[in-house]
Amino acid sequence: MPSETIARPRAASSPATSKTPKALRLRESTIEIVSDAGEGAQKCGQIFGAVSAKMGNGVWTVEIIPAEIQPPARVPEGASGYRIRIGDGPITNWGDATTLAVAFNEQALLARHRLGALAEDATLLVEAKWATHDDELIRKAWTDAMAELSGRDYRIVPVPMEERCLAIVDDPRKGKNMFALGMLARIYARDMERVKEQIAHAFRKKSEAVYERNVALVEAGFAWAEENVDVRIEVPPAKSTGDLVVMNGNEALGMGAIASGMELCAMYPITPATSVSHYLSEVFERFGGIVHQAEDEIAAAGVAIGASYSGKVAFTITSGPGLALKTEFLGLAVMTEIPLVVVNVQRGGPSTGLPTKVEQSDLLASLFGQTGDAPHVIIAPATIEECFHVMVTARRIAEAFRAVVIVLSDANLATGVTPFPRPKLDASWQAEPLDLSPVREALKPYGWDPETGLSERIIPGRAGGMYTLTSLSHDEGSKVAYSSGVHQRSSAMRSRKIAVLQSLLQPPKVYGADEGDLLIVGWGSTKGAIEEAVDRARAEGLKASSVHLRFLSPLEPGLKPIFSRFKKVMTVELNYSDEPGDPYITEENRRRGQLAFLLRAATLVDVDCWTRVPGEPLRPGSIVDMIRGRVPRGGAK
Amino acid sequence: MSTACGLLPVLDQDGDDELYEMTDYEGARARWCPGCGDHSILTAVQKLLAAEQLAPERTMFVSGIGCSSRFPHYLKTYGFHGIHGRALPVATGIKLNRPDLEVFVVMGDGDCTSIGAGHWIHAIRYNIDFTVLLLDNGIYGLTKNQTSPTTPQGLPSNTQPAGSWLPPLNPLQVALGVTNASFVAQTAEWIPAHLYATLRAARRHKGLSFVRILQRCPVYTPMIYQKAVQDPNNIAMLTHDDGVVVPELEKVYKNKVAHDPRDLDNARRVAGNTDKIHLGVLFKDPTRARYEEIRRIAPKSAEERVTLMNAELDRYAV
Repeated sequence: MPSETIARPRAASSPATSKTPKALRLRESTIEIVSDAGEGAQKCGQIFGAVSAKMGNGVWTVEIIPAEIQPPARVPEGASGYRIRIGDGPITNWGDATTLAVAFNEQALLARHRLGALAEDATLLVEAKWATHDDELIRKAWTDAMAELSGRDYRIVPVPMEERCLAIVDDPRKGKNMFALGMLARIYARDMERVKEQIAHAFRKKSEAVYERNVALVEAGFAWAEENVDVRIEVPPAKSTGDLVVMNGNEALGMGAIASGMELCAMYPITPATSVSHYLSEVFERFGGIVHQAEDEIAAAGVAIGASYSGKVAFTITSGPGLALKTEFLGLAVMTEIPLVVVNVQRGGPSTGLPTKVEQSDLLASLFGQTGDAPHVIIAPATIEECFHVMVTARRIAEAFRAVVIVLSDANLATGVTPFPRPKLDASWQAEPLDLSPVREALKPYGWDPETGLSERIIPGRAGGMYTLTSLSHDEGSKVAYSSGVHQRSSAMRSRKIAVLQSLLQPPKVYGADEGDLLIVGWGSTKGAIEEAVDRARAEGLKASSVHLRFLSPLEPGLKPIFSRFKKVMTVELNYSDEPGDPYITEENRRRGQLAFLLRAATLVDVDCWTRVPGEPLRPGSIVDMIRGRVPRGGAK
Repeated sequence: MSTACGLLPVLDQDGDDELYEMTDYEGARARWCPGCGDHSILTAVQKLLAAEQLAPERTMFVSGIGCSSRFPHYLKTYGFHGIHGRALPVATGIKLNRPDLEVFVVMGDGDCTSIGAGHWIHAIRYNIDFTVLLLDNGIYGLTKNQTSPTTPQGLPSNTQPAGSWLPPLNPLQVALGVTNASFVAQTAEWIPAHLYATLRAARRHKGLSFVRILQRCPVYTPMIYQKAVQDPNNIAMLTHDDGVVVPELEKVYKNKVAHDPRDLDNARRVAGNTDKIHLGVLFKDPTRARYEEIRRIAPKSAEERVTLMNAELDRYAV
């Protein structure tokens, strides 16, 4: 979406008392609700996002999550909330700066300000009570915060949220979020019937009285905004694109797993992967599947491997530290060609790192984490929609190639919510029923096709097929390799499968033009931001394009010819790389982005990189800035 | 002592109408050292499989890494020789997915009580219906003589040459300390009749049956049970109708301790009493919750899943 077309709500500079403000018609707008943890900002944001989606807007929402469950109140690092970007077309990422924020205290606002999350001219609706609080320290904190915020062109509107809520509920901490929803509904002209529908859905497990009270709070917020806020923003609906569903990436992974016919998810709790299992724990049994919460990450891998070995492909879900623990088991699955799907919802690392924040730092660990030569498959979904479909693909590849397939999602996809075309389900996505027929005479446990390395697997229960699977190097018959040639040959067979898979893939499509000055190569959740940046850069006349990889092992074919048509090739990734020009950093010792590392090795092209580890998704605007720096107008430097 | 002689009285079967014979379960030739207690255990297991007429293709032996974990290779059933310490999670996955399979787990003391100790405790709690054999020779043999958690205090090894620093871990006490344990027994490799009878009781128990088998490594720990091997009076046989009953051993093993396997408190006392080696069933309760039973759900066909998934997607429709 070209940035020039995005007007800002400049009405903010006019007095706050106008009764009939003129609505600004925008192609997109980004809204945040921020608070201390546990004040319901997320519910408010979720409902606003769902209503917007149902009204036909493109929507991308993302949680703003503090690291702790209950951080201290009123401190910037405890800021928690929800960010919603809506537009008149598909929204593929969380965007740049926030145009309008509702804050339940000024410290949460300050946190967002310090992170540079707010637009220069953002409208900020903030709970007013802190300004006149009994506690002198709180009053001072308010004054200091306002002083810090005054350096920008923000339009700050104090709102007596608690005061108004107290007319309806005893505990305003439990009502503010609905009051805020009401204000947003007025400012963005949301359909109140749909708002009520969503409230009914969100509180479906609560009493009628809870519903009534929440509706009253929403109406109070609506009325207050009507009277006191002169900003009106209109974001027209997108063109209808057929049946859509809306969910977050972890729900999509869970649903995709069900659609793929997998029946066992073994896991151990770890952020930000766990919500996949929350979803599955709620619904999986209806589909004939179970979630097994194992005693640790290692056991989760072992249980999935045991289940896969003995029947249908199973999966385990984890995040970085958990993947590290599963490593030995993954090596076993590779060695014994047990199909297995491993989902790694990446977060910041190393070690405990940034448990709730996005990063793409596990690519190399996923690829090279096992000891010995352990060829396997890595696929990274680029969108929430792909989170659904990747599970179907992963299961099929795992089964057909007797392979370990690692699915690399991340915290951005996990918590982002966006509508996407409803999957057209097909029973053929699922595995065939187990074949327990007697084994034909010649069938060996690893009857490798000498060309492809592929073989049929034998599951227990089949008469005549008894063999002992072993983690030791082995021959076709699963006999332990006591001669040197066996290991050479079996290694080749396991490796060959990866090349065979690559031969079945299509070269990636270039986004933008097929040739030019700069080609950005991305993977995973950054696709939306990169492509939006490419659009904006091209609108400025810059010859930038991008290509986005789903398959990282094997790499998608045809990369070298694509790269050769651009003067400069670079990756954009959410992981760490050294900056050229930093002390001690040279061309030789520079540690590059993880995809850049792989691409350089695979293509011998001098692939550069621009990577960041901000603990948040990339903003398209910052990618555009980077492109401007690399590709001056009039061609490459 | 001859293995065969001890086994004959209880194992001789008239196999005329039997489908499977002992030879039907024989896999590769065992490569354990001559004199290794594993041979005796393997023979007892093969006898058990034949006596219980377990279909080889529906029988599964899962092991980790170590001398004892070579066990599946020497059987002609399905075998899973996995990684060190991790046999139990694999067995759990197999049994959750395939309750129709008869699953045995074979581990050594390093495998079970050291690197895999976490899984051991939780597997006992899950109480999934498989038979777990701890082949406890008190040493790491395959890696050549390192101290294990069950090495007797003072016994020198390559890693603790001045002798094992600490008193050995007592696997029976650990097993009996786990909530939801349902079967804990101890037997010895050099008393084949008792070994066989214990394995049979374990196999027939519904739930996880944990059997510690005292075993000598002929190379590194040939003498650790010497007192009991030489003098049967150093062994106390637990007796109860619901335990292991081997009448023909009564003449040799005269020390008998009456113990009701339902009595958990007494089982813990017996386990903690190391004056004598207690053999038999310490604890047995077939009514304990079994995880794979609790988690069993009705399977769904691909078509049923598509229908249900469409209904699920409706919930998320815009």
